[in-house]
Parts: sequence; C-alpha cells; structure tokens
Amino acid sequence: MYFIFEPFAWFVGGPLIAISLVLYFYFGKNFGTSTDFETLCTLAGAGKFSDYFKKDWKERDFGLMFAMGLVIGGIIGSHFLIPDQTVALNPKTIQELTDIGFTNVANQYFPDEIFSNEAVFSLKGFLILVVSGLLIGFGTRYAGGCTSGHAITGLSSLQFPSLLAVIGFFIGGIIAAWFIIPEIF
Amino acid sequence: MKNIKFLLLGIFFAIVLSKSQAISWFRFYEMFRFQSFHMFGIIGSAIVISAVFMQLFKRGMIKDIHGNLIKPKEKEKGFVRTLVGGTFFGIGWGISGACAGPIFVILGFKFLPALILLISALLGAFIYGLLSKKLPN
Repeated sequence: MYFIFEPFAWFVGGPLIAISLVLYFYFGKNFGTSTDFETLCTLAGAGKFSDYFKKDWKERDFGLMFAMGLVIGGIIGSHFLIPDQTVALNPKTIQELTDIGFTNVANQYFPDEIFSNEAVFSLKGFLILVVSGLLIGFGTRYAGGCTSGHAITGLSSLQFPSLLAVIGFFIGGIIAAWFIIPEIF
Repeated sequence: MKNIKFLLLGIFFAIVLSKSQAISWFRFYEMFRFQSFHMFGIIGSAIVISAVFMQLFKRGMIKDIHGNLIKPKEKEKGFVRTLVGGTFFGIGWGISGACAGPIFVILGFKFLPALILLISALLGAFIYGLLSKKLPN
C-alpha cells in the first residue's frame, strides 16, 4: 500500500496525463487550461472593458469546474498523498542553486526563496510573483495556449503553430533559468 | 450536474501532476537547465501517447460521449503571436515554475503565492484581451 505515497516515475505520470487529455476530449471538450483564465476574466466583469471578454461564461463552465477540480486535487495531494516532498533532483542542479544562495534545495516542491511567506511579503518576492504571473497570463493568451493546450494537445495533433509556441516556451524558460534566476538571486 | 465529470477529471489531473512532481519549481528549473530527463520523459510520453489517440480520434475509432467525431480546435496561426507569446509565457514559467494548470494545483500547496500568481495571470490575460486587436500576428 505504501506505493501510493511514492512519487510517480515519468513513465507513469506521462501516460496518466495523456489519459486525462483523452478523457477531456471524450467528454466532448477541447483540452487546455489557459482558456480558463479568459473565462475567469469574463466572470470578473472584464466584458465591461473589452469586447474580447464579452462571451457567455456558461458555455465554458466545464473549464471552471475542471479548474476547481485542480484546486481540490492539489489540496488532496498536498495533505494526504505526498508525505515526503523531497525531489530527487540532479546533484548538479542542487549544487548550482546552492551556489546562488538557495537553501533547502529539493527538500520540498517549492523553494522558500519564492514561495515562503517571508518571500511573498517582501517587495522583491512579491514583484517576482506578479511579473511572472503577468507574463504567464499575457503570453499564454497571445500564443493561444499553454503546456496542456499547445505542448500536449497541439503537438500530438501535429499542429505547426504549437511547435512554434513550444519553441517560444523553451526560449523563455531558458532565458529565465540561465540568465534571470542567477541574476535576481 | 452535467459538469461533475470535469470536476472529477480536474481532481485526477491535479493528483497526477502532484505525484509526478510536475508542479515542482525545482523540476522545471532542472528541465530548463537540461539536467534531468524526468520532465522531458513526462511531457514526451504524454505527447506520444496522445498522438496515438489523436489518430484514433481522426479516424473516428473513438468518438466522444455524444457520439460526435473528436476534432481538436485548430490553433491560430502566426509567427509573432506564437513565438513572442510563447517566449513571454516561458519566461514567466521559468521564473515561477508554474504554468497555467499547475497554478490552480499549487493553490492547494502554497496558497498565498499561488493566489498572487493566479490574480496576476488573470490580469495578464486581461491586458492581452484589451490589446488583442492591436498586436501583430
């Protein structure tokens, strides 16, 4: 029974993600999470400011239910299914992060340097989250999808725009991990 | 409650992401530094298996719950929007270690920072909506 507390290997996680996508399509809807950002904007009244958001959110209510499920699943996961959040990171990665001043590297899912209350309530930590969030929200809608919509749905259905978007994701991720993170910490 | 299945699927998907560590900041950092196979294995195998199902969808061998042919939406074309938008998204993802789905999942782990990420992401989507007609494709 202890196996349910062990982390999933990549060859378990990947196929289960594919099954989630297949079920989403089987239920009759297009898989992709970032569209829910727009639906939430519509729900918050963004239609008053721009026609772009003048849509009927009820037609996208399934996405909001999915997002709510993600939150509930996260609560279940964090409280009951992952007693040990240690990540078996490459020792080289651990060393590099330690060198730029990270502590407790890979002993938990999220680094204190970004996710602890202390970081969140500092100006720098707050700005890191706000700027990242803005880039994520703006970027994913401009590109027309995120990791689920472009990388998994788009690439598996052989769509060229998704290939370009995923190249963009990696250009951005590399800029962040190689140049921005070492610079701001 | 016709949408309850999406709620359950969301719970399932969140648990899969959490258990595979595909929401961990450290895993994404390691991926963008090309120092581990873990995330590439997850995303790669998800794409390959999904691609097999996409072929079955296309040939009508699997239909949706209503008996309709399953056809993924065609993504909007345009070099600038996909590359520039993708790069913006990638920078945000690389710094915060969160892409769209995981932001919701992380709310269950680290509520306050995830909430700030979510609100800013909604603001980012809102700004895109305001500018959408003026931006190059």
